[in-house]
Amino acid sequence: MSGTVLLNTALGAQEAVGGFDPFLPGLILLLPLLGFAINGALALKAGTRGAAAVRAGSPEPDTTGGDRPATHTLPTWIGPGVMLGAFLLTLVNFVGMFGVELTEPVIRSYWTWMATGALTVEAAIQLDQLSLIMMMVITGVGFLIHVFSVGYMKEDPGYPRYFAYLNLFVFFMLTLVMGANFPMMFVGWEGVGLCSYLLIGFWFQDREKADAGKKAFIVNRVGDFGLLMAMFILFAIFGTLDYQAIFSAAPDALVYGGGAATAIALFLLLGAVGKSAQVPLYVWLPDAMAGPTPVSALIHAATMVTAGVYLVARASVLFALAPVGAAAVATIGAITALFAATIALKQYDIKKVLAYSTVSQLGFMFMGVGVGAYAAGVFHLMTHAFFKALLFLGAGAVIHSMHHALHSTHKEWDAQDMRNMGGLKRFMPVTWITMWVATLAIAGIWPFAGFFSKDEIIWYVGTSAPASVLYTILWGMAIATALLTAFYMTRMMVMTFHGPNRTGQAEAVHLHESPLTMTVPLGILAVLSVFGGWVNVPGSVRESFFGGFGLLPMSDWLDRWLEPVTASADAVRLEQLGAYASTAPVGGGHVMWGAIATGLALAVVLIGARLVSGREIRPAHESEPDTGFGKVLHDKWYVDEFYDRFIVQPILGLSRACWRWIDQVLIDGTVNAVGSVSRGVGWFGSLFQTGQIGTYAFILTLGALVVLGVLIL
Amino acid sequence: MLAEALVLSAILFVIGTFGVLIRRNAIIMFLCVELQLNAVNLSFVALSRYLGIEGQIFVFFVMTVAAAEAAVGLAIIISIFRHYETVNVDNFNLLKW
Repeated sequence: MSGTVLLNTALGAQEAVGGFDPFLPGLILLLPLLGFAINGALALKAGTRGAAAVRAGSPEPDTTGGDRPATHTLPTWIGPGVMLGAFLLTLVNFVGMFGVELTEPVIRSYWTWMATGALTVEAAIQLDQLSLIMMMVITGVGFLIHVFSVGYMKEDPGYPRYFAYLNLFVFFMLTLVMGANFPMMFVGWEGVGLCSYLLIGFWFQDREKADAGKKAFIVNRVGDFGLLMAMFILFAIFGTLDYQAIFSAAPDALVYGGGAATAIALFLLLGAVGKSAQVPLYVWLPDAMAGPTPVSALIHAATMVTAGVYLVARASVLFALAPVGAAAVATIGAITALFAATIALKQYDIKKVLAYSTVSQLGFMFMGVGVGAYAAGVFHLMTHAFFKALLFLGAGAVIHSMHHALHSTHKEWDAQDMRNMGGLKRFMPVTWITMWVATLAIAGIWPFAGFFSKDEIIWYVGTSAPASVLYTILWGMAIATALLTAFYMTRMMVMTFHGPNRTGQAEAVHLHESPLTMTVPLGILAVLSVFGGWVNVPGSVRESFFGGFGLLPMSDWLDRWLEPVTASADAVRLEQLGAYASTAPVGGGHVMWGAIATGLALAVVLIGARLVSGREIRPAHESEPDTGFGKVLHDKWYVDEFYDRFIVQPILGLSRACWRWIDQVLIDGTVNAVGSVSRGVGWFGSLFQTGQIGTYAFILTLGALVVLGVLIL
Repeated sequence: MLAEALVLSAILFVIGTFGVLIRRNAIIMFLCVELQLNAVNLSFVALSRYLGIEGQIFVFFVMTVAAAEAAVGLAIIISIFRHYETVNVDNFNLLKW
């Protein structure tokens, strides 16, 4: 028996289903876990050595110089290596699924995880079109970000720990999208939350960063409550938590628009809102920028935060059966998109701009899956992963360079504040060009990836059935958001890369382009940001100018690819709501809107560039603070303050009351009272113990007489 | 015959009890305890005539224990007297709490 066959058997490979035979699906999961184990062991070893050195009185061993210890060189190969392996395996499976009519997911069950009463949960993974798309994004973009991290984190003493966490994150993220039932998905869901917490607080010596990690974790607990509730209701109704069993039984078991379906959808939505940073639980994501920048790219832009979108797409039939729930998804998405975009207008921290931009784009995805355009939501998820990862990595390169420049002269400036940058295109041409590509993509300008995905969502929101006032309003909000997006991204680019340099004469000479490990991933992501959108060009658009009059290779590929996953949801929607309209509320058909949207976005980019370069920008410490409405936007609409005032402080007050009154007065009081009474009784009893032999003899006699009396009587 | 013996035993026991309760001289109290013991001994002996030999055997045990008790008790009283120069039990009140 060859090694491959042996491994295949060990990993529980079974007969092929529907002509598709998954190739080592378990290994895709195991590779990142293996990377975590090895890197984790190296991190422990490095930590022990560092601690020993500190105890011995010498400074921590230098891990940045020419002869770095093995604990700091091995992760360079293991971290990205396991990711490359996982990506190649995913690619093999992805290609293997081409041309196969697969209407049911292929499920691999390894062992029975729990069997308690009516509930049986298998440790099972499933491969279908949706999970494979997600896996491609996770392992592909994940691999590029791992490579980028090699350059970015090289000088950090926690280098092996960093890769251990990153590998562990990928393992959990893959578990999330590959799980074949809700509990498996929940394991991944919580696991990525844990890794997010660990990586946000990666530099935990900094109190603020450790607090940001805690904030992310605690805010996510609110959402997890919703997910758990949804699972309880699902189990109560269906008696199982397997995806296949639930989704195939749902159209018959649940009444359309009924209480149960609505409750399930709303609780699932609460879970998705927490993980995907939507209003009102989005507040953790901007703070999560405290983590290393590649982490922001991988976890807080490309993969983890899209888990909510994945959840809605995965449970699409449940949302289709609950029109109120689906409308709530779309409404929350629209509010989030517009709200976050306004905040991004006035941020000066380059990562904060991108963070609010991410929140806003996630809102777009929610709008898409909320109006039933599940493929469009997943499409935007994918293109967003490309260009937002690119933007974050580019920002990382900028911060890296700025940090070096400021560090070289020990200047105490903020390396992330765009007011301290300016004119960086001369020093970092590759970063500059690739980031412009991503900016044009996110702004929705043809032919970049974001144009196709974002316009598809806007289109479906506008034409959604029922064509009610609500959807027309959401459609208007989506267009407004798209224009704001084009503006704040242009502002960010101009402030960072154009105009005169504001870093300082002595510092500017130290600004430099990043090493190859960082620029190559940027380049690859830039290519994907250009062409990534071409996989799902709608047929009518493909025939027009925007599709090169039919030159673009594929039309509606992703829609058709995901068709088996969303089929039952589409059927429910079609039966209950009818088809989508063929024209938008204003402005005509699909092609016409493509022209309007890209024209508007291009105009905003050009005008925005002129406006921002026309304004005089001073370094952060010389700048006047914003006033008026600008200050409200800069201070993020005071949402954090609002939460602090009306949620955090009341809870703290309640806790304090519980402590002062219930614990200290009531409980401690009761305990102390029992003690005091015992002491009092003891004191009273001790009065009889005079030490006088006469008293004792008297009491003894008395007692004997009483006993005697009782016996006689 | 038995009745008289038991009445005498009771009288001796009550005298002993009151002696222990009323008197304050340790040695007198001690003697009174002995009086109680011997009152019980008397009732044992009296009753053994009717109920069997065990009562008499028990008397021997009581006398043995009483002898041992007298030895220990007198030793304690002597050491207390050496300390306080008195055998009045009102002075001894440390035997508490």
